[in-house]
Amino acid sequence: MTEVRVLIPAGALGLGWDANALEAGLARRPDIIAIDGGSTDSGPAYLGRGVSKYSRAQTKAEWAILIDAAHRAGCPLVIGTAGTCGAGDAVDWLLEITQECLTEAGRGARVAVLYSDRDAEALSEVWDIVTPLPGAPATRAADLSECTNIVALAGAEQVQEALATGADIVICGRTTDTAIIAALPLAVGCDPGACWHGAKVGECGALCCTHPDTGVIEIAFDATGFTVTPMAEASVATERTVAAHLLYENSDPILLHEPGGALDVSGATYMGQGKSVRVEGAIWRPAPYTVKLEAARVVGQGIMSLVLVRDPRYVAQIDAWCASLEDRARAKIADRLGDVTYDLELRRIGLDATLGPLEPGTATPNEIGVMAQVIASDAAIAREVAKTVNPLLLHHPLTAEEPMPTFAFPFSPPEVDLGAQYEFVLHHVLPLDDPMDGFRLEVFDV
Amino acid sequence: MSDLGTHANRIRSKNAGPFWITIDIFCDADGFEVIAGIPTDRFAARLGVTEVKRFDLPDLGVVKISLPRPQVQGSARDRDMHGAALAEVLRGMPV
Repeated sequence: MTEVRVLIPAGALGLGWDANALEAGLARRPDIIAIDGGSTDSGPAYLGRGVSKYSRAQTKAEWAILIDAAHRAGCPLVIGTAGTCGAGDAVDWLLEITQECLTEAGRGARVAVLYSDRDAEALSEVWDIVTPLPGAPATRAADLSECTNIVALAGAEQVQEALATGADIVICGRTTDTAIIAALPLAVGCDPGACWHGAKVGECGALCCTHPDTGVIEIAFDATGFTVTPMAEASVATERTVAAHLLYENSDPILLHEPGGALDVSGATYMGQGKSVRVEGAIWRPAPYTVKLEAARVVGQGIMSLVLVRDPRYVAQIDAWCASLEDRARAKIADRLGDVTYDLELRRIGLDATLGPLEPGTATPNEIGVMAQVIASDAAIAREVAKTVNPLLLHHPLTAEEPMPTFAFPFSPPEVDLGAQYEFVLHHVLPLDDPMDGFRLEVFDV
Repeated sequence: MSDLGTHANRIRSKNAGPFWITIDIFCDADGFEVIAGIPTDRFAARLGVTEVKRFDLPDLGVVKISLPRPQVQGSARDRDMHGAALAEVLRGMPV
């Protein structure tokens, strides 16, 4: 069996890469160029809204380069989790960009689009076979209708279906990070353990090597294992950088679940070969076919206010100041606004805003930024609550008898509209009889 | 008594999906011996939870601690979207 070369330009479209490294990768005649387009890592708003976190101009510039690169290499180009979240709107956004890129290049192409969206009603009908994963929220079938987007993570099989259309460009909705890399080598019969292991190592591009910012790596798969090689001149893969990448963003670095099975790397061996590393020994353990589900819903409308406390006496007594301010604020809100439901939280930037009660540090800062965050079901209520808090943030005294203090608002108005606030709803798996169940594939000749 | 951070080359925390956080403590051989000797329940207590998943990986010189997120990523009371700061809680842990 010949080897299958997968060229991975970067950890995600939008992050950029070393142009010389991409050229070096193309010179090695890849069989496919695969890049990830997203993740849940930046928060629930992207899935909730169905939008990309990266700028359109940046995405288009990079995508045009990859479309051209794949054309020159004579190989397909595949992107997973298009538009950060992989929801239908984000997929269509990248499809529109693709059409523009092709038009501007004066070139045609066959484009396959894999949609991963799930209908809330259809999913609630099969809710009894949906299983929560460890750490999942207590979601009920009735909650699904509140979700603005629900997606299932496609595995290698759905990407293979898209590739089998003969597409030059494959735009996937939500997929696992690994599926787009593993799909082609699995389809031609490379070792399944190696396919998934190599895909896991390569999912973030050169993050598994030195000089991670250079982005571009090649993973060459064959019947017994895979070889990872960074394409930038300065970048090197070492046994340690490659093995350590299994730790990254994985709660379990030994057993990694994918649709249709699990990757077991407990017996993997890593052997350095110049700037490459050869890896063998991972085992693919097939299991009944399931796909993971993700969804987001609106929990309310957010407003943020920020005031800077610089007076050393107030900095020293910030706990008492915040506690009495919050008490007065809640009393005023109840008095003026009546029985409204809202969430108000004061966070002390410079003291413990990041870690809260887990903060181990004890140093006294020069100043503290007090961020008041309000979330209410309705934007008008959130604004009313925030504006009721406003005069207290500006003038609340530590004691009733002292002269009125004034604190520093860094901008006007001090209230910043955060818009709709979302939360992740699903961390569940859905069994499928056929991997394509519920996925939709469309092919366009542009 | 010393801080855990003095025995580690690097401590990294990051989301492992929206519902978990994982912390990787990278050490040399001596550091690994010290940190691998810390009982698991001490890590959990320091992180404010009752249970953690733990992996001791001597070949890599890594002790890995994973825990369900105390606040789901991006929820109203979450303070750290990427789970990046939790490493600092372990850095100052007395050893």
